[in-house]
Parts: sequence; structure tokens; C-alpha cells
Amino acid sequence: MSAPVLAHLRTEFDRGLCHRFLYYMLMMRELEERIELKLYRQGKVVGGCYTGRGQEAIPVGSAVLSQPGDWLTPSHRDMAALLIRGITPREILAQYMGRATGLTKGRDGNMHMGCAERHCVPIISSIGASIPVAGGLALAMRYRGESNIVFNYSGDGASSRGDWHEGLNMAAVMDLPIVYLCNNNLFAYSTPLDKQMNVCDIVDRVAGYGIPAEIVDGNDVLAVYEASKRAVEHARSGKGPYFIECKTFRMSGHSAHDPADYVPNSLREEWSRKDPILMLQKYMVEELGADERDFVNVRKQVLSEIEEAVDWALEQPFPDPSTLEDDVYESI
Amino acid sequence: MSKTTYVEAIRQGIWEEMERDESVFVMGEDVAVYGGAFKITKGMLERFGEMRVIDTPLSESAIVGAGTGAAINGLRPVLEMQFADFMACGFDQITNFAAKCRYRWQQAIPMVIRAPGGGNIHGGPFHSQNVEMPYVHTPGLKVVQPATAYDAKGLIKAAIRDNDPVIFLEHKYLYRSVKEELPTEDYTVPLSKAKTQREGEDLSIITYGWMVHVALEAAERLAGEGISIEVLDLRTLAPLDRRSILETCKKTSKAILLHEDTLTGGLGGEVAGIIAEHAFDYLDGPLLRITAPDTPVPFSETLEKAFLPNADEIVKKARWLYRF
Ligand SMILES: Cc1ncc(C[n+]2csc(CCOP(=O)(O)OP(=O)(O)O)c2C)c(N)n1
Repeated sequence: MSAPVLAHLRTEFDRGLCHRFLYYMLMMRELEERIELKLYRQGKVVGGCYTGRGQEAIPVGSAVLSQPGDWLTPSHRDMAALLIRGITPREILAQYMGRATGLTKGRDGNMHMGCAERHCVPIISSIGASIPVAGGLALAMRYRGESNIVFNYSGDGASSRGDWHEGLNMAAVMDLPIVYLCNNNLFAYSTPLDKQMNVCDIVDRVAGYGIPAEIVDGNDVLAVYEASKRAVEHARSGKGPYFIECKTFRMSGHSAHDPADYVPNSLREEWSRKDPILMLQKYMVEELGADERDFVNVRKQVLSEIEEAVDWALEQPFPDPSTLEDDVYESI
Repeated sequence: MSKTTYVEAIRQGIWEEMERDESVFVMGEDVAVYGGAFKITKGMLERFGEMRVIDTPLSESAIVGAGTGAAINGLRPVLEMQFADFMACGFDQITNFAAKCRYRWQQAIPMVIRAPGGGNIHGGPFHSQNVEMPYVHTPGLKVVQPATAYDAKGLIKAAIRDNDPVIFLEHKYLYRSVKEELPTEDYTVPLSKAKTQREGEDLSIITYGWMVHVALEAAERLAGEGISIEVLDLRTLAPLDRRSILETCKKTSKAILLHEDTLTGGLGGEVAGIIAEHAFDYLDGPLLRITAPDTPVPFSETLEKAFLPNADEIVKKARWLYRF
């Protein structure tokens, strides 16, 4: 069983860029595996534990196009977007372990992290709520006459929330500079698409708001990248929002506790043949003359960084209970 | 006879009401095929079919709105919010529409909104909150939170039979941590009736939810020092059982108001107001509130532990009040 060939064979995808893709996709994959399959099972990570296994191409193919002044609102399946913004495996692990040096200082857990300096809004757990928030970020950019844009990430499930519809509509009528990346992974928790909506594609919902939208293979990082480039250009040049629906599949349960018995095996098998990392590697071998040894080296580097970060995170202090009431108000 | 958990008690209660009354149905995210995030509705799809066990899109506002419409049109919806925290997404529908129907046009809304809340499960700021107060503050809504498996079953059944909208708050930590033998025959527990969970003479702890168990633990320890504590479990938070609150205060003359919810605007303040207005002459000491501090619910173990009220704190403050 071999990975299908990537859709876009362009010389532009040179080795450097592809290596960057590979590094971040592998880092996300391996870091999440470490967290979910080891640290969580060992009780070093507690609480909810969500991964984006199989969906790595979406944050990677898009967030690499973000400029320092742009803002991102990643979802719980977009760890690589944080990595690309410079958030380190150390910070991510400390967050997952509830340590004082994590990005929320232990006040929130798992992927519920962000960072103001690096312009990543911490996940708003109320699904769909980030869509109107992205509108506000974009509004401020426009207000100040910046050419910055917002990258908003959400899932298919979010498109059933009123907030999603209200937020999209507002962005459309205000021509706000937002690139929406929707990961349509066919399930919202246990609920399959046909129980979520009576259309097959999320873009059919978007159409009602007059926002240009396209569908891409969300497991093909080059396709995500190309579509994102179009979208970014559109948004940056003042033409308003742009919507990309990335067809993909969640190669895990909803979270670590969920065996996902409701997913038919055939579906899982079908999508396991489309692993985004293997697809990229195949492209790199066939089109760029890359060597299996290159991949081994990237993986080695990723694993050693993770190793170092885990050791570091395990040494980090838990928050001091005396800090419990800090930061609720600026001052009283 | 085997013991029934809190989670199973609620499941049985809904199940029995669905057997008893065909107008009762359940609806929410992941409730049918998956059986609900906490498995409250497990097996119901197989037994009652997809007309009565309905998976919805991820749309809290639509769930509540559709539930209210169904209630107007003769059904008795039992809605599930996956987490109490996200009930806020349906807040407008609940407080501005469902709660006001009877007042505005004498329309009954026999609807239950079940919402798992509470902390001590490493849920962090979005999956641990005690969200009762905005709903307690909304006239037209009833708000219930059982502390035991017996009450969980009896109260969910009473809530389903009630003709007003009921916010039924379940405590996630209690789901599988408390259990007891339940009667085999049909029973309900009346709404708006508090229950004395432990009789005592010296001091009353007025509380609800998980904190009932923490209060009982503290009471047991204090009994060893010769301090006799009465624990009143409110069970229904709105409308409150004022009579039981006043009776216990008149009996012991001292009261601690305990809740897992944060301090400011918490139910303790309201209960204190009732006591101050109607039992002031009986009091032999100040009313004390023991609550979580005014912060979001933190995730990390050390912080969450510091956030949640605990038996040590109760013991300390009760000793002080006893000697007052
Ligand atoms: C408003 C709200 N309701 C329910 C939940 C619980 N919940 C968390 S993720 C999720 C499914 C989300 O599905 P989707 O948007 O497709 O994203 P995916 O997890 O598939 O990436 C649910 C129901 C929530 N976080 N927010």
C-alpha cells in the first residue's frame, strides 16, 4: 500500500520548503504521540488530551505563510500552528503537564494554550466562538490600516454553531482580512457529517455568505499551501475573507479517552493510506530526489528535541497555590 | 442488593420516565449512537429509537430553542448540554425565551436541561465551572443539583414531570464516586425541598452538590472533638427551600454557607440574606461563607486543590465559629 501522489507538482516546492513542512508535521505527530500514548498513560498529563493525528498538513501548509503581525486562532487539532509561531516543545509540554512555566501557568491544560507575543489566541473551548473573535482581530487590523490578516482554524462541527454563521456573515459584509481553514474530518466527536448537516461540503454553507471558498485535499500539504497562498493574497490585498475547506480525517478518537468505536474500520483504513507525512515523503523522493536517510535524520532531530523537552518539562515546578488569585483583574 | 452510582441513577430515572410517558425524549450532542459524553443516555437509542433519542449538530442555542418549541407543542424534552459550561451558548434561548413563556403567555415549558458541571476532575477553566447562579437569578427557571444517587434519580424524575423548565446540574466528580442501594419501586424526590443529611446541635452547614460530601467529612472529624454539626443539603437552588434554611439556623444558631462555586454572587450570599432577614434574632455568631475564590477554575493540580473548598478549611472555620 503506497501513498497516493500529491496533486501539485511544482518546482516551487523546493527541498528547503518541503523539509520545513516535514519537520513541523513530524514534530507535531511525534510530540502528540509522546503526550497521548506515553505521558497521558503514565499520568504525567491529566485531563483532556486531543491530537490532530492525520491532520498535520492543515496547520503546516497554512501557518508557514503567516507573517509576524498576523494573528492565528488555532483549533485543538493544530499544534503545528503553535510550533510554527515559535512556541517550543518545552512550552507545550509544560502546559500539558500543568506546570508553572507552561503558557497558561497551569491555569488551563492540554491544547488550550496560546501566546499574545506570538499572536496565537488560546483555544476558546466553546466550539465556534473563535469565528467572531477572528472578526474582531481583523477589524482592528483594518482599523489601523495594517496589511496583516487572521488565520482562523475550526472543524466541521463548528459550522453548526450560530457563532460560526454570525461571524462569517459579519466578516463578509465588513470585508475583513481572514483566512478560514476548516478541517472537515467527517466527525464532530462521535457525530458523522450526515447528522450534522444536509449538505456534503461545508463550502455550501459558506456560499450563503458570499465568501469565496474552495475545497482542498487536507492531507496534501502542498495543496493546502497553494490554496492558502491564494487565500492569503486575497485577504492581504483587501478583498475580504476567504474560506478553505480541507477534507481530512481524524486518525484518533475525539480525545485520548475515546476509542471511537463509532468510526467504521473501512473509513479508518481508507484514510490510513493517505497519511499526510508519507504523502509528502513520497513526493520528496519522486520529485525532489530526496533520500530515505534525510527523513531518518529529520525524525532523529525531532525525537531528540522532544526527549530534551520532556526532561525539561518534568523538572518544571507546579504552580504555587499562593498564585491562585493572581491575574483575575489588573488591579482591584 | 447492588449499589447504583449517581450516573446510573440519572440514567435509570430518565429511562423510567421514557417508559412511563411517550412524550419524554432526549436530545443533545452525541447522546444517541455514542450514548453521551458521560454515558447517561447509553442504550437509549436501541430501546427507544431515533425519534426519541436524537443526536444534534453542535448547536447549544438550537438545542435549547428546539427543545422549547417541542415543549410548547406537547412534548417533554430532556436536553443534554455536553458540559454545563457550554450552556452559556444557549443562554439567550434559556433565559430570554424558555424562562419567560409562562409569565408572558401562560405557556408551560416542561423541559429539563441536564448539564454536567463541577470540578476536581482536572477539567480546567472550560470544563469545571459551577454555572448555577445566572440561572438561579432568572425567574421562571428551576435549578436543581443532587448530591446523592438516591436524590439524583428521584430529582431527575420529578424534574421531568415538572411543568416548568428545570436546569438539572449534575456533578461530574460525583458521577462515579458515590453510590448506594436504591428502592426498586418508582419514587420521586420533590423539587424545592432541602434535606438534612446529618443532624446536629451546634452549628449548621448549608450546602449542595459535591460539597455535601466534603461537609459530611468535616462534620465527622468535628464530632470527634465534641462539636455537633448539622448538614443541610439544599438539593434545589431555585426556588429555594427557605423554611428548611431558617429552621436549621433557629435550631443551631450558627451557620456556615458552603459551596464549590466562587464567592461573589454565589448562592451563599443569597442564603445569608434570607437568614439575616428572617432569623437574625436567633443567631449567636456571624454567618460564614466558605467557597472557591473569585477566579476561573484553574487546571493544574496544585491550583485546583487550592481553589476547591476542602474539609480542613471547614474544620478550621467551624471550630472558630463554634467557639465564637
Ligand atoms: C459549544 C461547545 N459545545 C460542545 C463542546 C464539546 N466538544 C468539544 S470538541 C467537540 C467536537 C468538535 O467537532 P469539530 O468542530 O468538527 O472539530 P474536531 O474535534 O472534529 O476537530 C465537542 C462536541 C465544546 N467544546 N463547545
